[in-house]
Amino acid sequence: MEIFQIVILGIVVLIILTVLRETNPEMAIILSLVAGVIIFMMILPKLSAIVEVLNTLARKSGLDNIYFMTTLKIIGIAYITEFGVQLCLDANEKNLASKIEIAGKIIIIFLSIPIIVALMETILSIMP
Amino acid sequence: MNIDIIFKIAAIGILVTVLNQVLIRSGREEQAMMVTLAGIVVVLMMVIYMINNLFNAVKTIFQLY
Repeated sequence: MEIFQIVILGIVVLIILTVLRETNPEMAIILSLVAGVIIFMMILPKLSAIVEVLNTLARKSGLDNIYFMTTLKIIGIAYITEFGVQLCLDANEKNLASKIEIAGKIIIIFLSIPIIVALMETILSIMP
Repeated sequence: MNIDIIFKIAAIGILVTVLNQVLIRSGREEQAMMVTLAGIVVVLMMVIYMINNLFNAVKTIFQLY
């Protein structure tokens, strides 16, 4: 099972980090970054399969492709933003973390504008 | 994904810390700082490649071009 590998990797990294954090905080930040990247790379094949299935389902249901693409993009942006924010919080940089968070939120709203406009137009066309 | 890089980074970190302590004890603060800086640069060069891989993977999966 892959989950055991990931949890054990997490525990090993945790032990190394507690040793390293007191003496060499810069290295500890980089190590936690690397651990995050490796864990993501481990779940990457499964994630890709899930996205593939969702893509097929969306195509079968005859949904407009742009809505599904936008949703996928929003999930990706949210993940990357969260990655950066947690890294900044680990290094006690709350200010930078909140800036990255605001940037992510604004980009997500920007991407979802077409959906909001389409919804509004549908509502307006229903209203007498 | 190879997890050897984690142990490499941990080893470099511990080695740099020990060298740093030795150099500071023998009164060479400037060289100690240089050793720390060199360690960080070496590790960063290893990590940049991985971060690039991660971002490319996320871009291709979520179609963020």
